[in-house]
Amino acid sequence: MTDIGADKGFPRVPGSEPYRGEVDQPTGTPTTGHEWDGIKELNTPMPRWWLWVFYATHVFALAYMILYPSIPLLRDGTTGLLGWHSRSEVAQDLSAAETERAALYAQIRDLPVEEIVKNDELRETAFRGGFSAFKVNCVQCHGADASGSPGFANLQDDDWIWGGTLADIQTTITHGVRFAGDEETRYSEMPAFGRDGILERPQIQAVARHVLALSKSGEEDAEGAELYVQNCASCHGEGGEGSREMGAPKLNDAVWLYSSALTDIERQINSPRHGAMPAWGQRLDPATIKQLTVYVHELGGGEASTEEDAATQ
Amino acid sequence: MATLLDTIHSDPRGTAVPVENATPVNNHEFRADYEARRKIFPSRVQGFYRRLKWILVAVLLGIYWLTPWIRWDRGPNAPDQAVLLDLAHRRFYFFTIEIWPQEFYYVAGLLIMAGLGLFLVTSVAGRAWCGYACPQTVWTDLFIQVERWVEGDRNARMKLDAAPWTLSKWRKRLTVWASWILISVATGGAWVFYFADAPTLAREIVTLQAAPTAYFTILTLAATTFWLAGFMREQVCTYMCPWPRIQGTMLDENSLIVTYNDWRGEPRSRHSKKAVAQGLDVGDCVDCNACVAACPMGIDIRDGQQLECITCALCIDACDTVMDKVGRPQGLISYSTLVDFEHHTQTTKAQGREAAKAEQKRVSLARMATPRTILYFALWAAIGLGMLFVLFTRGHLDVTVLHDRAPLYTTLSDGSVRNGFTLKLASKTLEERPLELHLEGLEDAVMWTAENETRARSLSVIVPPDAVRDLRVFVSRPRGATPDDFTFVLTDPESGETVASKAQFEAGAKR
Repeated sequence: MTDIGADKGFPRVPGSEPYRGEVDQPTGTPTTGHEWDGIKELNTPMPRWWLWVFYATHVFALAYMILYPSIPLLRDGTTGLLGWHSRSEVAQDLSAAETERAALYAQIRDLPVEEIVKNDELRETAFRGGFSAFKVNCVQCHGADASGSPGFANLQDDDWIWGGTLADIQTTITHGVRFAGDEETRYSEMPAFGRDGILERPQIQAVARHVLALSKSGEEDAEGAELYVQNCASCHGEGGEGSREMGAPKLNDAVWLYSSALTDIERQINSPRHGAMPAWGQRLDPATIKQLTVYVHELGGGEASTEEDAATQ
Repeated sequence: MATLLDTIHSDPRGTAVPVENATPVNNHEFRADYEARRKIFPSRVQGFYRRLKWILVAVLLGIYWLTPWIRWDRGPNAPDQAVLLDLAHRRFYFFTIEIWPQEFYYVAGLLIMAGLGLFLVTSVAGRAWCGYACPQTVWTDLFIQVERWVEGDRNARMKLDAAPWTLSKWRKRLTVWASWILISVATGGAWVFYFADAPTLAREIVTLQAAPTAYFTILTLAATTFWLAGFMREQVCTYMCPWPRIQGTMLDENSLIVTYNDWRGEPRSRHSKKAVAQGLDVGDCVDCNACVAACPMGIDIRDGQQLECITCALCIDACDTVMDKVGRPQGLISYSTLVDFEHHTQTTKAQGREAAKAEQKRVSLARMATPRTILYFALWAAIGLGMLFVLFTRGHLDVTVLHDRAPLYTTLSDGSVRNGFTLKLASKTLEERPLELHLEGLEDAVMWTAENETRARSLSVIVPPDAVRDLRVFVSRPRGATPDDFTFVLTDPESGETVASKAQFEAGAKR
């Protein structure tokens, strides 16, 4: 018996018997012995290069298992000889990014916001950083698009309760609004005209009509106008122009914190709701607050800084 | 190797022609299906086609190696390399032409032209690409020449290959391999210069400061060149490459193919003098096997057209040399079309071999102008002219408008409605120039940017040279605004070029 099939690229297992089965005559390849309707399955050996690649994958897999974390155990897993870990790699990347940004960050931390926005690179960095910080800290109330919702101020528009210059925005973010834990917090409180019995229900309705008229979206109401001057004008102004010092919103514009519906205005006069905002100065570092300031200011409604702001900085 | 010079025979005029002991190793009669490759040792030939091929090798390699080093002044804002594929900055430079990624359809056009060009050349001249211009052929040719210089011609190489591994064999082989590696590294090295500023990159490569990608590319290309041209050789064409099969389908009876004119050569005889003396019919083929020995593909052209044949025409040169020696006209093996071949065969049958030889002619250009080739050429030229036209009439400005998604619009204190847009302003000129942006439609609308808060219907904007600038633009309409269409128009005041992009103004009751 000749050693058929031994030279076909398939190394015979050392010590094994040479193939003595049936051999397909036209190709000289051994068969597996399986037959279907006269068609025999050939036992064509794998090409030698394929075999070597196959062995190489085993070597690679073994080396990998020894060097890298691979086998899951009950609590954690094997750590591998190299001590590599995906988390340490992430930490490295993060600290590398930190180092890269360090110079810009130092400038943002040390310069006043009015200076930051004058430098294109710093402004761009601050805007992007502010965008990220906004997504984490602010969207819960002000919305992902910063356009707010009833009771939460729209930061896209040009109406500001506490002022829209860089300095105003920075102060508001740092100290918050009606935040109990900060002495410098923005604070205002509107009397509960209905609940505390200052005004009667028809009077409140009349004032509400006048407030709508102020914003040019309702009919004039003489009684309401008179009651307004007596009760509201001290804070909201004679013409409803509001007061930032008092924290009294403008009433003569088209922007409403809660709603422009007559019943909602009545409700607010009767028993006002007062929103609050945390003093972020206690939670975020000054650089982040400056970035948030730049971001909010650049959304589209930011106001130009006054001479006074620039001087105090 | 037994006797290399099997027989010395003389033709009627007494010129000695050595008979090569050459086997067409890739002929199906000689090769079993599962047999390993047998090496081929092409012999040196001289003649018209060999000279033509050397010229082409020099020209093609010259183009490949020198192109990245051609300088082309584009001013201070663009690289000064004539041909540069700047992947990092997404710009492609080709002499006066600069292509941005969004203009990649030019490359599609070039590829279509390359495809049609291949159809054209193939229908006219058969596998001319394979035989003359294909990198596999060019580099294999070069590598075989290196072998010839170091180891000698066919017989010496065969002898050396069969010899045991002595010091002298090692020395010769190592010299060959080292030369191949040098050529291979130069090959891979030239490639990367197309993708970066050549002098800078060359300095970086030498001082080991280039990007790892550069070294990786050089090594990969060097390795494939070394392996494919040094060891794989004809197997690439026969087994790996799809072109031969595609080209094979495009040949017709008017295509030029390397043809053994059997009407003239058969019956072949090594002892024609004796045969003629015996009164036997004898053809021109002296059966010296020079054509087989010269063939880099390991076939015998006398078996007819075969898929292995790359039409390198070296057998034509080999045979012509022999025909000159034995004093018979050249062209026993020649470029010929099937139509001509058939015609000569008929003439031979009717009037005899000498009559056919008398009318055997060189291939004429007129013969190649069949409707098919004319159509291919017309299509190829039309696409080329169309691309040139588009290329030289294309604009240098572009404006794209992205409306803010959130919020779609913002109501301001005075009741007016503001929309935010991000405009992408592209300037493909190489100088920085002020452009004019203005609104068309929405008569009551004004716009402004963060830098310039002046409300106006138009504004001036600087776009850096050869760049895209993102510009945030706010557009507002007074109280009571309704959604409407309008257009941003960008104008270059200097050239008068104008581009426009439609936009939508959003407004309405808040949710």
